[in-house]
Amino acid sequence: MENGEARFRALLEAEEKIEPTDWMPEGYRQTLIRQIAQHAHSEIIGMQPEGNWISRAPTLRRKAILMAKVQDEAGHGLYLYSAAETLGVTRDQLMDLLHTGRQKYSSIFNYPTLSWADMGAIGWLVDGAAITNQVMLKRCSYGPYARAMVKICLEESFHQRQGYEIMLALCRGSEEQKAMAQDALNRWWWPSLMMFGPHDSESTHSEQSIEWKIKRVSNDDLRQQFVDMTVPQADYLGLVVPDPSLAWNEDRQHYDFGPIDWDEFWSVVKGHGPMNQERIEHKRRVWDEGAWVREAAAAFGERERNRGAA
Amino acid sequence: MTYSVPKVAGEVEAEVGREAESVWPLWEVFIRQKRGLSHVHAGSLHASDAEAALLAARDVYTRRVEGVSIWVVSSADIVASDPDDAPAFFESIEKPYRHATHYDIPDEVGQM
Ligand SMILES: [Fe+2]
Ligand SMILES: [Fe+2]
Repeated sequence: MENGEARFRALLEAEEKIEPTDWMPEGYRQTLIRQIAQHAHSEIIGMQPEGNWISRAPTLRRKAILMAKVQDEAGHGLYLYSAAETLGVTRDQLMDLLHTGRQKYSSIFNYPTLSWADMGAIGWLVDGAAITNQVMLKRCSYGPYARAMVKICLEESFHQRQGYEIMLALCRGSEEQKAMAQDALNRWWWPSLMMFGPHDSESTHSEQSIEWKIKRVSNDDLRQQFVDMTVPQADYLGLVVPDPSLAWNEDRQHYDFGPIDWDEFWSVVKGHGPMNQERIEHKRRVWDEGAWVREAAAAFGERERNRGAA
Repeated sequence: MTYSVPKVAGEVEAEVGREAESVWPLWEVFIRQKRGLSHVHAGSLHASDAEAALLAARDVYTRRVEGVSIWVVSSADIVASDPDDAPAFFESIEKPYRHATHYDIPDEVGQM
């Protein structure tokens, strides 16, 4: 495989994409499977916190928008599962690993959605953080993953804008509505910053991922980008970012911000977040309830194929 | 980073190359963006049969008027060239005379 290795290196060097049929190091393959699967699972589990508010959306317009957004997230999950499958894993296997907790999804979805303002905060902050990350992933060295990102990024912009519009409407509304928006920002701000993962100094796999060009920007740099982009948007809403240390740093030309509560981060990653159990239980229940549909469809497909062969 | 959750106890590596068990067959989806253009590959999906694949393709790949027509093709029916055989299939770099730019035409002759 010496040849394969050299060719792989040359392709990376030339900023060319690696495609499914190309030789790749086992570590590269496993890192990608893990990351793409986590990404796909995040899109799918991410439908739950927002799905929670579809029936209670304040207007028909907001309900239609929220349904469209949740449907998009399902689509994102499916593009990504397809991308993961090009690496030699099966969809069934990935489902099973998710359902048994042996593969993870982004911790942000283990927080509850307590008020309508959370739909605003999620679109604005969580999808905003996702965009920061996914724009970078468009340049990922693995072709199928990078191509899925192009399509996803086009749709994410709608997600973020509809979220910000919800926040705007609340902030221009009554005192209570504005307080609701502030409360949502208070609860979602820190978990959104945690979405970018541990500090670069703590993040063990980071360097290898950057070398393989799976990841193009470090966790801390992405987090900084997100803060710089988001703080002025909070100012415009007239909301206060819940961080007393937040301040513009003229020298760095970036915002300084306070320390992240890493104990909370690790606790949620390890499964002790407020919603970890409920999210997976719900996912598993729905999967089991749909078993008869999958079986019936498979039997029908089988019959159709046999008919064609006869 | 967002979609790379740090490793904790209980996580396992996925198994590569395992046979699919109960999963529906795979289909490739092609979309014609508008009349007069070719159908272009958009992605793939699993579905039980051709008609279900077409409906799923509409939901998964065309939520924003991405096109006017969809093809679905069973992935198993696609015959692909091996990237290692690329030189045998794509040799045109060795035959520059097949390209218009290979020929020197004086400027005075004008656009050709
Ligand atoms: Fe998404
Ligand atoms: Fe989104």
